[in-house]
Amino acid sequence: MRIPCPICGERDRREFYYQGAAVMLDRPAPDAGEAAWDSYLHLRDNPAGPTQDLWFHEAGCGAWLVVERDTVTHEVISARLVEARDAD
Amino acid sequence: MAELLVKTPCEGLLPVEIGTVRMSEIAPGQITSLAPFRGQGEALSETLKTAHGMAWPAPGRSTGREGARCVWFGREQAMLLGPAPDVGLARYAALTDQSDAWAVVRIEGPLVEAVLARLVPIDLRSVAFKRGHTARTLLQHMSVSITRISENAFQIMAFRSMAGTLVHDLSAAMTAVAARGDIAGAST
Repeated sequence: MRIPCPICGERDRREFYYQGAAVMLDRPAPDAGEAAWDSYLHLRDNPAGPTQDLWFHEAGCGAWLVVERDTVTHEVISARLVEARDAD
Repeated sequence: MAELLVKTPCEGLLPVEIGTVRMSEIAPGQITSLAPFRGQGEALSETLKTAHGMAWPAPGRSTGREGARCVWFGREQAMLLGPAPDVGLARYAALTDQSDAWAVVRIEGPLVEAVLARLVPIDLRSVAFKRGHTARTLLQHMSVSITRISENAFQIMAFRSMAGTLVHDLSAAMTAVAARGDIAGAST
């Protein structure tokens, strides 16, 4: 499996650390209620098909990436910087 | 009263020469990490040019020359190797002295690409990785910085605490490549 890091180019999977589903980026408001927070912390989809994960380019540039991949075909569709969507 | 001795990271380990590949320690001078403050990248590059005669390196590149290099070292980070950093740089970047933190090794020879191909998961052949190109990547299981400093020579930086492992892994690969003789070079 190879991941196209936007900074370093295509790199081997062993350079990356896997964090989990990219829904971690969509943090609910503090007063969003128990259901929203329960879902954010504990509930994950298990899709057959495209899914988005957070990967850390640990042995490379040190960037966090949102990687879109297909769990059925194992195709890695895209990778983009978390920084780009997280800038505030 | 204890007498403190200065030891370089690879003291007692290098130089090593196996077959046609030679590995030696580089005394890089002062090592300083530069991390530009938000939006200050251009000002930092201008100051670097004025003070040290080299621009801020793009990702995957190094600038400068032997004895005074700026090596890209990750997202929004580069290492200044050689000169003591100009005080003007501190206006635009966080500077951290890392002089004693890194083992810096030079590995060279006609089959050096074949040696590194056994340990590093990226393409370091000269068609893809030219002089001045640099990468943060792995060497065996270790996080390193690799820069091509001339046609047949690379600079490798690893954590000082891993100097022994670095030399061991490279020596093992050098031995294996030397044992294969000319065959090893055929694929590079």
